[in-house]
Amino acid sequence: MRRFFLIAVPYAWLLVLFLIPFVIVLKISLSDTALSIPPYTPTLDFSGGWAGLKAFFSALDLENFWFLTSDDLYWKAYLSSVWIAVASTLLALFVGYPIAYGMAQARDEWRPTLMMLVILPFWTSFLIRVYSWMGILSQEGFLNQFLLWTGIISEPLIILNTNTAVYVGIVYTYLPFMILPIYAALEKLDASLLEAAEDLGCSRIQAFWLVTVPLSKNGIIAGCFLVFIPALGEFVIPSLLGGSQTLMIGKVLWEEFFNNRDWPVASAVAVILLMILIIPIILFQRNEQKQREAEQ
Amino acid sequence: MTEPVFAPWDDPNEKPLIEFKNVTKRFGDFTAIDDLTLDIYEREFFALLGPSGCGKTTMMRMLAGFETITEGTILLSGKNIARVPPNRRAVNMMFQSYALFPHLTVWDNIAFGLKREKLPKDQIEARVQEMLKLTRLEKFSKRKPHQISGGQRQRVALARSLAKAPKLLLLDEPLGALDKKLRQDTQFELMDIQEKTGTTFVIVTHDQEEAMTVASRVAVMDEGRLIQVATPAGIYEMPNTVYVADFIGDVNIIEGHGTKTGDGYDVTFAEGQPALHAKTDAQLGEAARCYLAIRPEKVTISAERPDGAVNVVQGTIHDIAYLGNLSTYHVELPTGQILKAQAANTRRLSRRSFTWEDKVWLSWTDTAAVVLER
Ligand SMILES: Nc1ncnc2c1ncn2[C@@H]1O[C@H](COP(=O)(O)OP(=O)(O)OP(=O)(O)O)[C@@H](O)[C@H]1O
Ligand SMILES: [Mg+2]
Repeated sequence: MRRFFLIAVPYAWLLVLFLIPFVIVLKISLSDTALSIPPYTPTLDFSGGWAGLKAFFSALDLENFWFLTSDDLYWKAYLSSVWIAVASTLLALFVGYPIAYGMAQARDEWRPTLMMLVILPFWTSFLIRVYSWMGILSQEGFLNQFLLWTGIISEPLIILNTNTAVYVGIVYTYLPFMILPIYAALEKLDASLLEAAEDLGCSRIQAFWLVTVPLSKNGIIAGCFLVFIPALGEFVIPSLLGGSQTLMIGKVLWEEFFNNRDWPVASAVAVILLMILIIPIILFQRNEQKQREAEQ
Repeated sequence: MTEPVFAPWDDPNEKPLIEFKNVTKRFGDFTAIDDLTLDIYEREFFALLGPSGCGKTTMMRMLAGFETITEGTILLSGKNIARVPPNRRAVNMMFQSYALFPHLTVWDNIAFGLKREKLPKDQIEARVQEMLKLTRLEKFSKRKPHQISGGQRQRVALARSLAKAPKLLLLDEPLGALDKKLRQDTQFELMDIQEKTGTTFVIVTHDQEEAMTVASRVAVMDEGRLIQVATPAGIYEMPNTVYVADFIGDVNIIEGHGTKTGDGYDVTFAEGQPALHAKTDAQLGEAARCYLAIRPEKVTISAERPDGAVNVVQGTIHDIAYLGNLSTYHVELPTGQILKAQAANTRRLSRRSFTWEDKVWLSWTDTAAVVLER
């Protein structure tokens, strides 16, 4: 009985917060647009009895998904999202790994403080932080003013409203998700392993590549997924920091919903996005599983 | 033709492989190694023995290059090693915690050091195979360290440190987790390897029997200092302090007052007990307070007073420890002191000659006891 409840709680949670919303979105994606409230047909109506239900199901079709293939905007947006997410994940890894490494090397009494510093930005609103990046990156922003003042550049750089600004925004926002799992892996690393590697003839750098990196692999993988997955569907950052040429699926989705009021197509976009995300999510979970097995 | 005795430490022309010269190591204000001077010679099997925390691992780590030396110098083949990084020393260490690479298989763990030397593949292969065979790990070569038992892990660590055939091999409690049989086999294996390769071994152990079996010399340490360095027989037969006598093997310690007579000392230890005589070259100081250390197996136990024995005391059997091949009798003297005597069990249990509360005589010769000042 106890066991049943323990299992039932997470499943109920998944059912209410994930599966039911997903079924609703899936249903909308199979519907047609209409000038009504809500802006699609058919709607589920139980008063019609069995025949009504039958009519409801026969009105559902894959038309919206076909539509997505007819316009190259959509697959280009998916592709460009994947590209931006991959690139910013790699950037976050290159920035985050040294930070995590430094934290793990720091003296014990410093570590909680460093950890706080990594988490601290989360205590301010995400939107405010993105807006402040606009203030930094704009043509009259702090960065350009500083570079002009030092004389490195004579003309202000155009960064805001380009893809560069999007990379900066994503890396900045999701960096803690990269740092924390890597730090957790590095912190567990037994220092005597590095000594053993050196004893067996490795230089410090070789020991880093042959021991430290492989042993933090799970942290790296976890961090990469934790950055990649939200970055792929990111909407706020590309729309605030990106320009008109920045193509990301999150933005397309938003426009379909709110500018075109085409809920069915928007839902189809969302369903496909979810399909794309399911692959890395499953890979991520498998990685976690493997790690847990290895630790036993 | 007699085989020359291996005793380079007695030969003034011999150059030591390792020289500790007044080495001190401090962690903060804690002194882990205290002004230690020691020579270890090539082809030696040198055992470090001592209680937990006395600085054995610290000594090893200084040799391997993981601890800096606070004061003094360590020479390896006559060269100061203070500035040589660990990966440039012809020294390999087997870590007390094994330090196996968890992401590599047993095979790759053993091959790790060989691969760093950029040896050809088939040579690496052959060497790893040899090591696997030696440590009887062939069946486990594809497993990861977390998939094998503690004793198997220890063998992997041993194989990994042996693989590079270093000039100096440091073994920090290499056999602690093995069962007795395997431990003895591995001990002989180690001695065999040592003979074949001529590698110098420094081994830390908590097991005195192990130290006695494998070592050419044994160093007994306490609180960062060397108390005695000698051959196993020397340590056992001629300990230089009560501490060493007590640390190695079983011993009776009798505290008394010595007076010089003839070729040794007469030691009076209690009212109404005869003075005990021991031959010695040692000279006691003014106070003449001294200790006699007598190994239980050198004490003869008998029902009748033995004729012509130099040292005889009487007592009652307080306890008997049956050890299979031997029995140790704990005999209580009239003074309340307990002396231990060991005798071989040549007869069956039911026909043993002594039992509890028997009155017995203990006797030993004048060379059995060692006179110690402290
Ligand atoms: N890094 C360190 N910082 C401070 N103290 C240390 C450090 N390493 C060792 N010590 C201390 O130095 C002393 C000697 O330690 P060491 O590890 O050499 O002991 P050991 O003889 O190997 O003991 P064991 O038989 O338990 O392995 C101990 O008291 C230990 O607490
Ligand atoms: Mg130790």
